[in-house]
Amino acid sequence: MAWVLVRYRFPGRPLLNALVHLPLVLPPVVTGWLLLILFGVRGPFGSLLYDWFGIRLVFTTAGATLACAVMIFPVMVRAIRLSLEAADPGLEQAARTLGAGRLDRLFNITLPLASPGILVGGIVAYATCLGEFGAVITFAANIPGQTQTLPLAIYAALQVPGGEAKAAQLSMISLFLALVGLLLSEWLGKRLNRALGR
Amino acid sequence: MTLAFRLLHQFPTVQMDMAFEVPSPGITVLFGPSGSGKSTIIAAASGLLRPDECRIVLDGKVLVDTSTGAWLPPERRRIGLVFQDAKLFPHMSVATNLRFGMRRTAPGPVQFDEIVDLLGIGPLLARRPNTLSGGERQRVAIGRALLAQPHLLLMDEPLASLDSGRKAEIMPFLTRLKTSLKLPILYVTHSLEEVVQLADSMVLIDAGRVVGSGTVSEIAARTDLPLAQRDDAGAVLLCKVAEHDASRELTRLEGDGASFWVPLQDVPLQTQRRIRIPAREVILASQAPTGISLHNIVPGTVRRIAGENARRSVIVEIALPGGALLSRVTSDAIVRLGLAEGSPVLALIKSTSIEVLEA
Repeated sequence: MAWVLVRYRFPGRPLLNALVHLPLVLPPVVTGWLLLILFGVRGPFGSLLYDWFGIRLVFTTAGATLACAVMIFPVMVRAIRLSLEAADPGLEQAARTLGAGRLDRLFNITLPLASPGILVGGIVAYATCLGEFGAVITFAANIPGQTQTLPLAIYAALQVPGGEAKAAQLSMISLFLALVGLLLSEWLGKRLNRALGR
Repeated sequence: MTLAFRLLHQFPTVQMDMAFEVPSPGITVLFGPSGSGKSTIIAAASGLLRPDECRIVLDGKVLVDTSTGAWLPPERRRIGLVFQDAKLFPHMSVATNLRFGMRRTAPGPVQFDEIVDLLGIGPLLARRPNTLSGGERQRVAIGRALLAQPHLLLMDEPLASLDSGRKAEIMPFLTRLKTSLKLPILYVTHSLEEVVQLADSMVLIDAGRVVGSGTVSEIAARTDLPLAQRDDAGAVLLCKVAEHDASRELTRLEGDGASFWVPLQDVPLQTQRRIRIPAREVILASQAPTGISLHNIVPGTVRRIAGENARRSVIVEIALPGGALLSRVTSDAIVRLGLAEGSPVLALIKSTSIEVLEA
């Protein structure tokens, strides 16, 4: 997707671009609600999935995963896009004059050069995913052990009298995970860039 | 054996309409101001740009022809390209870079070890491109392009991003390449130094048109072309070492029907050399002077006298039996000597003013 957005100019590109980035700007609850409409058991996609494969997304772990995926998609696309844009198109041209076809260039030149962005984007996205709240609670509800993300658990703990200690513990875990995620992405990014000779 | 090239392309503001035919193998320098169309030729020949019309015929074999649909994408046409900045793949070692094109084509006459040796890049093979100097990088890029077994090599200002020290380091390799590979090369440059050192043929380009083409000696000496109108104009002649005079520490070079004494050259007889004689170093005389330190008194005939109003001087083209010399003098000197087109004249050249270069 990122590659399409960087390399190609076509009618409707701004619209596609906007759609991809929509979850970044839209209130997460709205994203969750849209998912509910589209993938609910009676929604256009949800009913197909349920009728054909017997898959129900609403209020399940799979649903929570889908909600997370939609939320982090723009984060990933942005990260990959930035690293693709930073890559020198002259290198692809050089590969072309040396006899490399389209897929050959994608796998041997473009993707390896974009790999730091892809990995770092992935780690940040994972951390973001752990903290997803609005879209998940709307689409997949708050079922402990199934669709309960960390912030949902914290929120639930705070609703219960005397749950402050549990909330504090969970917050600490959340803080720790976020920090580790960021440090890891920084470190990996540096290492990969060094391996790529930058 | 020739390389024939024809290109027609309409850009929004300028039309390119260029055709030339040059000997092959050999280095043909494309010379002209920025935006004149040199890079369009390179882009069209490599296939990165698709022009309205383009036809490239090498030794009777059609490589590219838009009119018959013989238009291959860059990855399939086997025309090598060396970029201004080497464009080495940063995530691969030098050796992997070198083999990139080689692995994607059928084996050909260009051998890995031979190229590594020729370009002196053996010690660099295990290194990463970011640890190389600019000159080393460019040598690897040239090797990488050659190992893809191209029918034709394009070099787009390959030395332009290097400082003069690095240029001097890479020039001998290019000269060597020229003599050991039987390959036609189109070479774009702005630098007269590179022209003088490397060019066999030249194509002068201005505003999308070919204004002159021929051997480097012919083009350099034509007063109606821009090269001879530069401050550093001068004749380029191809010579052979004819005689050494060790006791006087002199060497005699012979070429284009004239002979020139230069300071002793440490090379065997019959070695090919090219010499450049700057126009401002050539004195004209109607009779041979005596009691003078000069070694070279070369007889010739005035072929053309071109005025240069901006410099208040004229440039005189002197025909030798084979080639030509250039001399820049004042118009007063022309009047005093009574020179006109067709007059016999003597060109006086100090032996130390002659720049001797590898052929």
